[in-house]
Amino acid sequence: MAAYMSAGRSENAFSTHDFVPEWAQEEVSTGTTIMAVEFDGGVVIGADSRTTTGAYIANRVTDKLTPIHDHIFCCRSGSAADTQAVADAVTYQLGFHSIELDEPPLVQTAANLFQQMCYRYREELMAGIIVAGWDKRRGGQVYTVPMGGMIVRQPMSVGGSGSSYIYGFMDSNYKPGMTKEECLHFCTQALALAMERDGSSGGVARLAAITEEGLERRVVLGHQLPKFSNT
Amino acid sequence: MEIDFMDSQIKGVSTGTTILAVTFNGGVIIGSDSRASIGGYYVSSKTINKLIQVHDRIFCCIAGSLADAQAVTKAAKFQISFHSIQMESPPLVKAAASVLKELCYNNKEELQAGFITAGWDRKKGPQVYTVALGGMLLSQPFTIGGSGSTYIYGYADAKYKPDMSREECLQFATNALALAMGRDNVSGGVAHLVVITEEGVEHVVIPGDKLPKFHDE
Repeated sequence: MAAYMSAGRSENAFSTHDFVPEWAQEEVSTGTTIMAVEFDGGVVIGADSRTTTGAYIANRVTDKLTPIHDHIFCCRSGSAADTQAVADAVTYQLGFHSIELDEPPLVQTAANLFQQMCYRYREELMAGIIVAGWDKRRGGQVYTVPMGGMIVRQPMSVGGSGSSYIYGFMDSNYKPGMTKEECLHFCTQALALAMERDGSSGGVARLAAITEEGLERRVVLGHQLPKFSNT
Repeated sequence: MEIDFMDSQIKGVSTGTTILAVTFNGGVIIGSDSRASIGGYYVSSKTINKLIQVHDRIFCCIAGSLADAQAVTKAAKFQISFHSIQMESPPLVKAAASVLKELCYNNKEELQAGFITAGWDRKKGPQVYTVALGGMLLSQPFTIGGSGSTYIYGYADAKYKPDMSREECLQFATNALALAMGRDNVSGGVAHLVVITEEGVEHVVIPGDKLPKFHDE
């Protein structure tokens, strides 16, 4: 019935060991819901805040929206270790490139750096990344780099295990030409719906709006999230 | 980009599918797509009907292995008619759902089929029951099932409201099927919908090109 995202179970030789609980032997994963939407003048990105090791929630207030440069962010899904490592490497490469160029880097450049690394090491990595930001040449852009190392630019993108549940909602509710506030509202609703259905997504909804002016971050706490239950 | 592993384990021809049933004020709508596939690679039928009438005002829709589902519904249809004749009155929707549940639960090792039963009866009016793979029976105001249902959980949670009118409900069910068929590669074809009320049963078929289109199509 449900589609699931492989959550990185590393089979351990010590799996029958009684002294260490089972969740401590599981790989840490950001089984997650992430999304990004372009609007005229910038992008809005959002993510849930749950990091799991097996059934244990290792961090319930994770920040999966990682800055890569002043106006470029990435949303991470998949193995926490892999995505952190890749994001750190790209942050370094992009910073260096920006100094060489003596101007702010393009979002497309950042996305391609992610893509090169994810494709080269595709067998070892488990990382699904959405790169979003603003630059002077093309304004707000969203690039998705799913597992395997493909890259494609889309007006909006969702990722992570919770994304399956909101494809229908996203297809029916997204309209091109939304304002920043409309995008934020749309993302909050989509995240709330996914967090309610996906066991690996939950906690708070983290949102950020990136425009020429800079960055605006928001957190929507659990009890403030829109409710959709019909019982 | 998530991969669904369930369907590749289903034997033979499977209805990798999208099915749903929704109650509204005065009746219930049951709906499905029309694609049957083998292993998700070959579409063995573009126009299969997954809505089986088990009694005058009771329908069920099938997900899983087509062979298993057809065998179970055939047996269930017989049992329900017999029960109805014995009781000298139309069967309750719950009775029909229970018959399916017994069959699924008692043969859970061999079978791989899930059902949604929906209908109208005099005692409780419009009802929807889900019989899951292992034989669980659950009554809900609306339910979605099949491989395509994953993609519309968010949409269904957001858009469903109790006590809709017939038109609103029809629109809701059509949109939900269209969205799921748009994202699930083993769901497709035409949308079959059946509206069941006290007055009777109405079959609505919406061909693929008449389905609602969304922003990127």
